[in-house]
Parts: sequence; C-alpha cells; structure tokens
Amino acid sequence: MREVAVIAFAQTRHTGEDQGLNEPELIGPVIQEVKERTGLTRFGFTCSGSCDYLAGAPFSFVSALDAIGAWPPISESHVEMDAAWALYEAWVRLQHGDVDSALVYGYGKTSMGDLREIMTLQLDPYYLAPLGLDQVSYAALQADAVGATPAELREIVRRSRADGRANPYALDLPDPGDSGGPGDDEYDVRPLRASDIAPITDGAAAIVLAAGDLAKQLGKRPAWITGIAHRAEPHYLGMRDLARSVSAADAARAAGVGKGPVEVAELHAQFSHEEVILREALGLPPGTVVNPSGGPLAANPVMATGLIRIGEAARRVMDGAASRAVAHAASGPCLQQNLVTVLEA
Amino acid sequence: MGNRCAVIGVGQTKYQTKRRDVSIAGLVREAALRALEDAGLTFKDIDAVVIGKAPDLFEGVMMPEAYLADALGAAGKPVTRVHTAGSVGGSTALVGASLVQGGVHDRVLVVAFEKQSESNATWALSTHLPFTASLVVGAGGYFAPHIREYIRRSGAPDHIGTLVAVKDRLNALKNPYAHLRIPGIDRRMVESTPMLWEPIRYLDTCPSSDGACAMVLAAEDKVTGTPAWIHGGAMRSEPIFRAGRDTVNPQGGKDCAADVYRQAGITDPLREIDVAEVYVPFSWYEPMWLENLGFAGEGEGWKLTESGATALSGHIPWNASGGVLSSNPIGASGLIRFAEAALQVRGKAGEHQVEGARRALGHAYGGGAQFFAMWIVGSDKP
Repeated sequence: MREVAVIAFAQTRHTGEDQGLNEPELIGPVIQEVKERTGLTRFGFTCSGSCDYLAGAPFSFVSALDAIGAWPPISESHVEMDAAWALYEAWVRLQHGDVDSALVYGYGKTSMGDLREIMTLQLDPYYLAPLGLDQVSYAALQADAVGATPAELREIVRRSRADGRANPYALDLPDPGDSGGPGDDEYDVRPLRASDIAPITDGAAAIVLAAGDLAKQLGKRPAWITGIAHRAEPHYLGMRDLARSVSAADAARAAGVGKGPVEVAELHAQFSHEEVILREALGLPPGTVVNPSGGPLAANPVMATGLIRIGEAARRVMDGAASRAVAHAASGPCLQQNLVTVLEA
Repeated sequence: MGNRCAVIGVGQTKYQTKRRDVSIAGLVREAALRALEDAGLTFKDIDAVVIGKAPDLFEGVMMPEAYLADALGAAGKPVTRVHTAGSVGGSTALVGASLVQGGVHDRVLVVAFEKQSESNATWALSTHLPFTASLVVGAGGYFAPHIREYIRRSGAPDHIGTLVAVKDRLNALKNPYAHLRIPGIDRRMVESTPMLWEPIRYLDTCPSSDGACAMVLAAEDKVTGTPAWIHGGAMRSEPIFRAGRDTVNPQGGKDCAADVYRQAGITDPLREIDVAEVYVPFSWYEPMWLENLGFAGEGEGWKLTESGATALSGHIPWNASGGVLSSNPIGASGLIRFAEAALQVRGKAGEHQVEGARRALGHAYGGGAQFFAMWIVGSDKP
C-alpha cells in the first residue's frame, strides 16, 4: 500500500455545555489550525463525519462546507458515521496515487438533545427501537455480560478523569464519587454508575493526511499509518457474545496490531466497561498506556470522538513520546462496528 | 484513478409509492440479491459493503447501516455509510469503486435506498438548523426560482419542460422497474396538471418512491460476466451560501464533468458519449444540465432538447430509463443513474437499450445544487 501519514491534528477545547456556537463556528478554528500547521490551503480530497440526528435537521453537514471555504469547488465526501470512518475513506482515496493530501474533520454537539434517547433510533426500527431501550440501558446489558468488578471500573474512570484534567482539550471532571456532582456515584442503569458514562460534550476535530514525499516534506515526524481496518458484526444484541468484541479483534488483526509493541492505545470507550472489552479484543500488552488523553470518559464530542482517538495517538508519535501507537473507533450499539489504526514513527 | 474497476452486477427493485410487503431491510436485500445474481456471486464473495441514503429523517432510522448489516450479509466485513445529500447514490458508487481502485478490496457491494412511504420527505426537508431561515418549501420550492432564472437567461420557450416530462415518461414505459408508467402520456396531459411551484407543474416533478438499487464492483482479475468498466469518476462540492455562486449553472458541476471527461479522454461529450443518465428531478433540469455538463453551449441546452436529440431515438439519449422523473427513491436515485449507465454499456438495458452504446455518463446532484457525483463507464477496458 502507498505510505500515508497523519501530519496534523487539531481539536476544540471541548465543553460540557452549549457555548452558543453552531457547528460551522466549532469547525472553523480547527480547520484553520491544521491549514496553518501544514501550510496547505487546498487538499486533494476532503471527507467529514457527522450525524443529522444530533443537529435535529437533515443535511447538517451542508453548512460545514461554508466553514471550510469550499471554493473553488472541492473534491469532497461525507459519511454519516464517526469521522474516523471519514479518515478511512480519505486513506483509501490516497491509495489511488493521483492526490497526495486529504483533510478530514468531524463534529458533534450532544448538548442540544437527549443523546441516550436519540441513540435508541439507531436500533432496528421494527423489533428493537419500539422497545424503547436507550443507549445507557443497552450498554448496561453489555457491562453486565462483561462482569468487571466495581473496583476495576472505578479505577478506569478515576484514571481517565485524572488524565482528562491534565489535557487542556478535555473536560475537567473530578475523581468519581460524590465530589463528581450529585449522583455521580449512583447507579444509572445497573451495573453502570453515572460516572461510568461518557459526559455530554460539544466539540470538533480535524486531521490532515499526506502521502509519501509530501508527508516527509511537511511533517517533521509524520505518524505513518501502517495498518487500518474496520469490521461490523450482527446488529441484534442477542446474536452476539456481548462480553467480547469479535469485530474489534478482527479489525485489530487485519490492521496488524500484534505485529509490534503498543506503547499507547487510544480507545473509543464511551462506557468504562468497554475499555475492558477492547483491551482484550485488541490484544494490548500489559504495559500499554491506555487513553492518556483521558479518552471519551473525559470528552465525548460524538462523531468526532473516534477521529480524536486517531489524532491523540498520532500526536504521541509526532511529538516523539511514542514510536508505535494504536487508535480505535466504534460505531453502532454495543460496539457493533470497530475501526483500528496502527500509527508508527 | 488507481486500479481498474468494473460493474459486474446490477440489481433494482420495482419502484413504487409504497412497498408495504417488505421492511427496509427486506427492500435493500432484494436489490442486493438481484445484483449478486446478475454477477453470478453470493454474499460470501463480497469483501465490503457501502450503503448510501439521503437524510436519516426520511425513515426516522438513525445511521441505519447498523441495522442493515445483517440483511446485506455484512457481519464480519467492513460497512461504510455515505451521505452526500441528493448526490449520495452516485457518491456511494464512487466510494465503493474507490475501495477497488485503491487496491484495498476485490469485490464490493454498493447499495442505496429510500423507503419514502415510511415518512414525508417534504416535511423532513423543511426542518432547519437553529438560527437559520426555514424555507418550508421542500425541494420544488427551492429549485423553482432557479428554473425561472434559467428561462429568463436563455429565453427558452415555455413548453421545453413539458417536452422533457413527456419524453422521460415515454421512456419509462419501456422500463419494467420504473415507478410512473403513464399510458398515453402527452403534452396536453402534462399541461393540464396543477401548477405546484411556478413553472413546475405536477407532471414536471419526480414521484415519491420506495426502492433500492445495488451494484457489484470488481477488480480486473475478479471480473465475471459482462463488465462495465469505469473510465472516470469524480465528486465536487461547493458552499450553499457563498455569495456570487451561480446556482443555475454551478461551477461544481462544470468542474466535476471536466474531471471525469479528462479521466475518460473525452473532449466532446455530445459526440463521444452514447447515452447519459442524468439527475433530472424537475423537467427543466434537462436543458440546464445539458449546458452545465458541456453537451450544449450556454443558453443552447433547450434547443437540443427541442430538437429531439435527447429522446431514446435521438443521437444523445438522456435518461433512457425514464430517469428521476419516473422513479425517485431519493437516496437511491443517483445510484440508479450510475447503474443504468452501466446497464447500457453492458447491453443489458432491455427495451430501453440504446443500440451500440459503448460509453455512458452517470450523474447525480444534491443539496442546493452544490454536490455533484459523476462517472463514465464503457464497454471497453480503459
């Protein structure tokens, strides 16, 4: 395959409540930042990820084109998925060999609606959605199947929030427990406590990919994508062993996660127990540092969260903190779809 | 453009107002199985699935690719969901082809659908983001002023739209999958229907359809049966609110066409393309796109339509299948254009086959005439 690298990553300072910014206003600054950092003003391909249901309107991605300055007209596409899949589409497009750079971005404002209710609408509309099972409830089914101890889950939350406090882009959330706000330690849907659930977050992120010589020329230390793959599994929760993620394991194998050491892994775990499942599925060695950014439990701008995992993993390779890192993104109920990226110096 | 890629299977459902007998999953599976049958393959042979559809609000199912994965045999495989407004069907084909052209997969199934009977598209199109003006007009209300401006600029006579409305419905009578099949359709019938958004009459518009379309795309060494080779593919997007953008003859459409023609080595589309399937949801968009796509000079498109050149018996048939004016499962409409172009160069278009078609254009557009997707397919290996 053609060598392609992440050469720039930018994200908003994510917020836990609506700051009065619309989507183009969220995206504008991060696009400007990656343009300045790379010196590129035009890209061979552009791809984004977002979700109409978060905005409550059709074609919510249309206004983003005004924010990125798509004039003269650009070669562009959009996925109604986490923007990590937009990055995958851009990586594939760069394999053609006729273009050398790509801009990828994603954004989401979960402050505007009831996310857990909205997520119910991604279930089978005939047999599952009418049951009214919300996102936290079906996540709780999976948490129950995993059977992690309360101490194990609490430690994941404590570590994620502490790392998040050290990350200027993530939310400032206190240690789990009553100090995390009223009800933080109470069960939401057993066995999940409020603190086990990723916070409501508004934010956006952008990444620039470059191929071959252009990447070497523009990036001091590009984060080369040495493997990238994604897989889906059956939709119906009853057809899966919820304690494991077969599709994440398949994607990790296809991306070649096990072919070398993994110093850092950024996992798209929106609930603490998902980290337990994903560590095992990806076959992460015990020494791997997981979610040093704080991960989704410290900032979860839905539709950008997966892309941010790739950006955070790439950042550690680009700044020299790691020589090999893994990023994971998920979509669908209970980790139905998983995308795994390996980044190397 | 990367590695060679060809269409080796096409599947469509019969387009109609309501498909009460199937779920959304049943609808897409029907198209997928027909495409696989055409290619002589089964789900087991497919490496990846790409799903396209217009806004999720049309059916009220958010990110339906999750739910549709099982019906499309996609468990254990990569599934991607594309959404680029009305051009999405075309984009879905291009994203699927890209996986082959990039050397990532050998056989890809692309599927696009809309089940409009599950909801109300005009309502879904009329909601708006906070702090932005609501048009509350649906697509017809949005595009009617653009058509009026085209008529003003070109001086086209009033009956041109009617000619297209009749021509495409006559073609539909030869297409067993077409939704609107109106025996005895003629100019008087079109002109007697109510004015919806002046100058668009009821029969100048597309119907609301339930339907799905699927294609199997293959790498060169996996080609089976009769291939339609991809000679060029491109997408272009431009901002909806940019002041000074020409919404009647958009730059994005011109640039996208120039890109696919360059890839396919076409310098004179009128002479070098044998048949075109172009996204014409309102009859007047035929002369408008004839100009935008370089088949006619500016202000001259209506003359080509009036001359009969775009009829099935003309020298450059446009929408031999009956087009979007005869079948409109919105998210699938672009993929149907791309698929019908492939059927023509494979010689498999049946009664609406354009004899000797060797090179065809598939076209889709969407949003405020700001998203474009196109491809050129041919019977010869590029």
